[in-house]
Parts: sequence; C-alpha cells; structure tokens
Amino acid sequence: MTAGMERDPDRAYGGPRTVRPTTTTERRAEVFVGLLFIATILAALGLIVSYIIGANTQVDGVLLAVAFAGLGGAIVVWVQYLMHTPTMIEARHPIQPNPAADVSPGQVAMREAESGFTRRRMLIGMLFASVGGLVTAIAVPLFSLGPLPGRALFVTKWKKGSRVVDVNGNLVHASQIPINGIMTVFPEGAPGDAMSQTVLLNVGPGLLQLPADRASWAPQGFVAYSKLCTHAGCPVGLFRATEHDLMCPCHQSTFDVLDGAQVTFGPAPRPLPQLPIQLQPDGTFVALGGFPEPVGPAFWNQTSGGGA
Amino acid sequence: MTGPGPAPGDNRVFHVEGEPVPRDADAIEGDALPVPGGQLPVVGPAVRFLDNRTGLVTFGRSALEKVFPDHWTFLLGEIAAFSFIVLLITGTYLTLFFRPDGTTTIYTGPYAPLDGTKMSAAFSSVLALSFSVEGGLLARQAHHWAALLFIAAIVTHLTRIFLTGAFRRPRELNWVIGFTLLLLALAEGITGYSLPDDLLSGTGLRIIYSIIMAIPFLGPWIASLLFGGLFPTTAIISRLFIVHVLLLPGALIGLISVHLLFVWIQKHTQYKIPGATEHNVIGLSLWPGQAFRSIGAFLLTAAVIALLGGLFEINPVWIYGPYVPYAAAVPAQPDYYVGWLEGLVRMAPNWQLTLFGITILPEPFIPGLVVPGVLFTVLWIWPFIEAFITGDRREHNLLDWPWEAPWRAATGAAFATIFLVLLLEGANDVLAAWLLIPVENLTQFFRIMVFAGPVIAWIVTYRLARARLEHGTKPIEPRGGIALRRNATGGFEEVHDRAAVDAALGGGGPK
Repeated sequence: MTAGMERDPDRAYGGPRTVRPTTTTERRAEVFVGLLFIATILAALGLIVSYIIGANTQVDGVLLAVAFAGLGGAIVVWVQYLMHTPTMIEARHPIQPNPAADVSPGQVAMREAESGFTRRRMLIGMLFASVGGLVTAIAVPLFSLGPLPGRALFVTKWKKGSRVVDVNGNLVHASQIPINGIMTVFPEGAPGDAMSQTVLLNVGPGLLQLPADRASWAPQGFVAYSKLCTHAGCPVGLFRATEHDLMCPCHQSTFDVLDGAQVTFGPAPRPLPQLPIQLQPDGTFVALGGFPEPVGPAFWNQTSGGGA
Repeated sequence: MTGPGPAPGDNRVFHVEGEPVPRDADAIEGDALPVPGGQLPVVGPAVRFLDNRTGLVTFGRSALEKVFPDHWTFLLGEIAAFSFIVLLITGTYLTLFFRPDGTTTIYTGPYAPLDGTKMSAAFSSVLALSFSVEGGLLARQAHHWAALLFIAAIVTHLTRIFLTGAFRRPRELNWVIGFTLLLLALAEGITGYSLPDDLLSGTGLRIIYSIIMAIPFLGPWIASLLFGGLFPTTAIISRLFIVHVLLLPGALIGLISVHLLFVWIQKHTQYKIPGATEHNVIGLSLWPGQAFRSIGAFLLTAAVIALLGGLFEINPVWIYGPYVPYAAAVPAQPDYYVGWLEGLVRMAPNWQLTLFGITILPEPFIPGLVVPGVLFTVLWIWPFIEAFITGDRREHNLLDWPWEAPWRAATGAAFATIFLVLLLEGANDVLAAWLLIPVENLTQFFRIMVFAGPVIAWIVTYRLARARLEHGTKPIEPRGGIALRRNATGGFEEVHDRAAVDAALGGGGPK
C-alpha cells in the first residue's frame, strides 16, 4: 500500500480470502448482467440493420439508448453486486507551501536586485514599451475584421422619390392593403434590405393623430414606420388592430400607430421613425424622403446625426 | 549530476539520480510491480516496459487507490463531464456535414415546404444533415439535448458546491475555474444554436448585435468588427463556427483538466458521515470500484441522451425557416440557459441616459451587459466574498449541510429566485397565452418579483434552515399513537413494546 493509505479496519481486504459459495443474489445478478450484455449486442446488431434498411431517427435513438444502457447497466450491476469494493480511508495531508522555496516578494525582489535586472531602469522601460508596441501592432489588424460602421447606421436605402415595393420587388398598390391591413415594404431596388424594412399600415381615414408637421406624411390613413425595433432591432411585426398598436415579438415593445409610433410599453426608448409617403394617382406610393432620423436600436451617437 | 557518472567502459544505464539500473530491467521479475493484473502475461511486461521508461507506475498505483467519497451529489459534476464527452463526439460528427457558410443559395432537397427557398448554405446544410444523412438528425438532436444537460449539470453541480460550502479554502480557485467553465459552456450554447442560421437563431444574433452596439462609445465599432459589418452579415456564421468548434472547446478542455487536477491534488471534500474528519477521505478506491461506477454512469448518461435525441424533437429549424431580417418567429424563446438574459432584456424599463445629444447609456446596455455582469461577478468570486464577510479563512474539507449555514443557504436561494423570475419573464409571451393574462401585466408582476422574490426567498430559506438546525440538535421524539400487529387469524392486536415497534419500523424516530 502507498504511504498515507489505511485500510478500513472494519472491512479489511487483501491477503488470502476464503472462497465462499456464490449466493443466490449473486447468481441473479450474474444472469441479469448477462441479459443486459445480450441486450447491448442485439441493439448493436439492430443499429447495423437499421443503417442498411434505412430506418428512422426514432428507431436509431432507441436502439442506441438500449445499447448504451445495457452496457452501462451491466457494469453498474456488476460492480454493485459482484465485485468486492470496500470502503477505504485515505489520509489527507495538509496543503502547505514548501518551506525550502522562499517565494516571498522580498526574496524575489532581492534576487532581481542581485541579478542586476532592476538596476537598468531605462532598459526595463524600453522592454515594456517594446512589448506594448508589439502587442499593439499585432492587435491593429483586428480592424480588418469588418468595416467600421461610419455613416451606415444613419442611413437606409429610402430616398426622396423611392417607389414603395413589397418583399418580392413588386409595386405596392393601396388596394392591396384593406383597412387595418399591414404590409412589409421596401424601397424599389432594395427588397428585403434589413435597414430599410418598413411597415405600411392602413388605419383608415380620420384616426391618425400625427404631429402637425407630419400631417402630409400619411395620405388617407396610410402610414409607414420603420419595421426595425428601436430597442434591439427585431422586426416589429405584430399589429393589434383593435388597439392600433405595433408590438415587437422579441421583447414586447409596443408602439401606438395612431400617435406617431410613440412607445406605450416595453423597453424601446424611442418611437419608430416614420417614413413620409405620398399616394400616387395610380394607387402606388412614393417616399417623400428618407427616414428623418436613424432607424433601429440605440447607439451612443445616434441622435447627433440626421437621416438621409 | 550529483551521482557518480559512468566510468569508461561501464555500459550500465543510469537514472538522473545516478542510481544504477541494469539494462535488462524489462526481464527482471520482482514484487515492485503492484499493479492488479500484473499476473497476466501481457499486462505485466507492458506495465514494466512503461515503468522502466517513465517511472509512472508509482503514481499509477497511488492513483488507482485514490479514494472517492460515495454520495449521489458527487455525480453531478461527473454528469457534466459525461455530457461534454457526448458533445465532443456528436459535435465532431456534425462538423463532417455542416457548412459554416453564410452565402445565399437556393434549397432543393427532400424537405418540400422549403423547396426553392433562398437561404444560407449553412441552413441548407443543416437541412441536408437532418433529412439526408443516416443518423444525422439523431446526432444533431442528441448534440442539442446533451448541451442542455451539460449546462443543467454544471448549474446543479455549482449549486451543490455553493450550498455545502465546498468552495471554501483551499478550493476557492476551483470554484472560480468551475464558474468560468459555466461561462464557457453558455458561450458554447449561444454560438452553437446560432450556427444553423434559422429564423429563431438569426433573431437572437440580431439582439446580440444590438446589445453589443449599446456599449457606450465603442459599441458600433465592436459590433461591426465582431460581425464583419452591419447586421446581417455573411461572415458571422463562419466566425461563430470557429469559436464554437475550436476556441471554446479548447478552452473548456484546458480548464476541465486544471479543474480535475485541482480536485486530485486537494482531494475531495466529504459529508459529515461517521468516521469522516478534516484529515481523511472515506469512500471507494478509484480502481476498480469508482472507475467501473463512473464508466457505467457515463454509458447511462449517453443512453439518456440517445433516447432524448431519438424520440424528442428539439430545435426543428425547418419549421422556423431560414433567417430573413424582416420576419420573426412568435413566440420566440432562446434555450433555457439564455432565458434569464432574455427576461432581463424584456423587463427592463426603457430608460437611457442622454447628455448633450449623445446617448451615454443606450437602453440595452444595462440589462444586456451590466446587470448580468454584476450578478455573475458576485457568484464568480463568491468564495472570497464569503471569506471576507465571515472572516473564516480556515481550511475546510468537511462539507456543511445546507442548513448548517443558514445565511449562505438563504443567499443561494435569493440568487436562484432572481434567475428563476428572469427565466419566467423570458417566457412571458408563452405564459401570458397559457394564463390568459395580458403580457404587460405579467411583465409588471415580474418587475416587482425580481426585487421582492429574492427577499422573500432569503427570509423563508433562512428561517427554514434555522428551524432545521435547531430541530436537528434535539433528541428524536418517540413515535406517537398506537401500533397494531396483524395476527395469525387476520385480526389486529395492539403492540405495547415500544422498542419492538421502532425496530420493526426500521430504527428510531420519524424519518
């Protein structure tokens, strides 16, 4: 035995052990273990057959589980009932530092001084400066990971005169959107564009209570807001017609469609930007300009810039 | 060399210490080969061969006799390790078929509802490995279930360590490592379920991008560099992939090794069972008892994961469809281990700090990064916080029962309550639909509960623990009532012998 090991005096083992007859429990355990091994073998064969005939995920999963469980169960039963595994006591030695190794700061400082390392202040300074310079030089190429955002967060593809299309690029007609209808629209030439996604709603005439300077932005009850939630950028796609509000499915920020998409609930810190649109005589829409402010979630210099 | 060097013409081989060893050592018989199985004609010489070249047998011998305490709660960490092995195996299989490619392609394949749909090559390859690769869907679902089990096992293991005070000196660092492993596992989970590029995971990435963008001043830069541009980007899938299959698993394997090394050096803690002291470890030796039990437990864990992967559908991405930035799944929940973070982001008020036209603290910054950072930091360095508060810096090898440290148990319960409330808030849309309560009211309720809940949990747990502590020191009261025995004729007769009753019922006192 290794130093530090003691045998449990109550359950000593080792040395000559008398061979005693197998008990009934042990016999049962032997049979059970054997059956479990057979189950594993059969399941393994089954998996091979399953591969050849192309069985399904469920069959494979059950067979694999049986194969693992058979083997694991057999081992557990074997060790529990058929192996003698006595309780052992191991001494625990206190964890303590080696007294011979003096690693006190004073000792280390003394060694440093003795070696003449700390004397050369100038060179030490330059050592740190050169390490810093090297690390910086290696870190700088991290800027290759992606373009810096620049003005990209402030602009969308909407411009004055952009015709309004659906996700497939087809022109949107007013007749396609009944009262309380909603459609996701994009500027012509950029269907599906993440930053430009916009909801076009028809709330019917006379209900909108937009600020006076936006009165002309929503012809005949058609009103368009950025679909990018001002909270975390999810598409604000749930329109609850009876309350006339738009809800974000991610974090339930809620915007009052009639009132310029003011926030009525949830974590969004500002209204959805409104897109000024005009209804053409042929029933299609054009944008009178881009969004007057940046779309999407907040970032530090968001409010300092204007829209396109 | 301190020992005598070999003389000219001396062809003996020397150890570094200078102790001569006959060159023909492999052939020498001896009692110094204390390996079970040394009797076998193959194992014996093989072990001897290895020992003559490495001297590892001495270590191996003591390793085989290392004592492992036998208590079911010690299995929780093992289950985490077993799940990790299953994750490595199933994950490797998946990499053989998955394409970490964000470029757009048109799907043609056996899944008819998406035939002809535009999607990323990554999503398309997930559909292919799910529907066309033998065992592919099983491996994918088993991988996902194993990940859920991995994190659940880590969390319960940490809970056990916390409640029993196993993190106290000398094991503070191993708690820190263990908690770091949890963080790495969470990162593995998030990067992993983002890889298929389905509608649900893409929405999750959109939210992550927005949270990173909310970091004061640097946010837009960091987000753009990490994702390779303005969201959505084609670069992100391949970047997440290399993090998921190389960097994080490498860090996990390295830290798990250090974690186990520390357990080995410091030896296990143990419960206050009869005979246990601060200076010993009582249990089963590694070989053969503990080793076989662990191998068996690993195989049974694998069996459970295989069964879950085969029979219980998880993350059916073909139902969500490919990610498009203008659509979102409703209701949308992440995996449970991110649910609390989702709840935090949902319940936060819409405050943000703006000065002179500059948004100093964009709204998602505090709930998305600051609050989780604070919660995790407190738990991460908990051993040092507790030692600072209690002033107890002694070594502890005997575990507390949870009620023996009411203050700690109460604090643990308070933390658990915070995470539970946040998790429920993360599913507020589902709960609202079940309970027929407006989601706004539910959120208001959870906003209160996230503060009130931990206070209530602290007080209740503290009182329960104190009661248990005080009750536990009292002698056990004799059973009340009368005892009946069924006699040979089928009737009942009263038994007056108290001791006999207690003996018949399995020893003293109520359980």
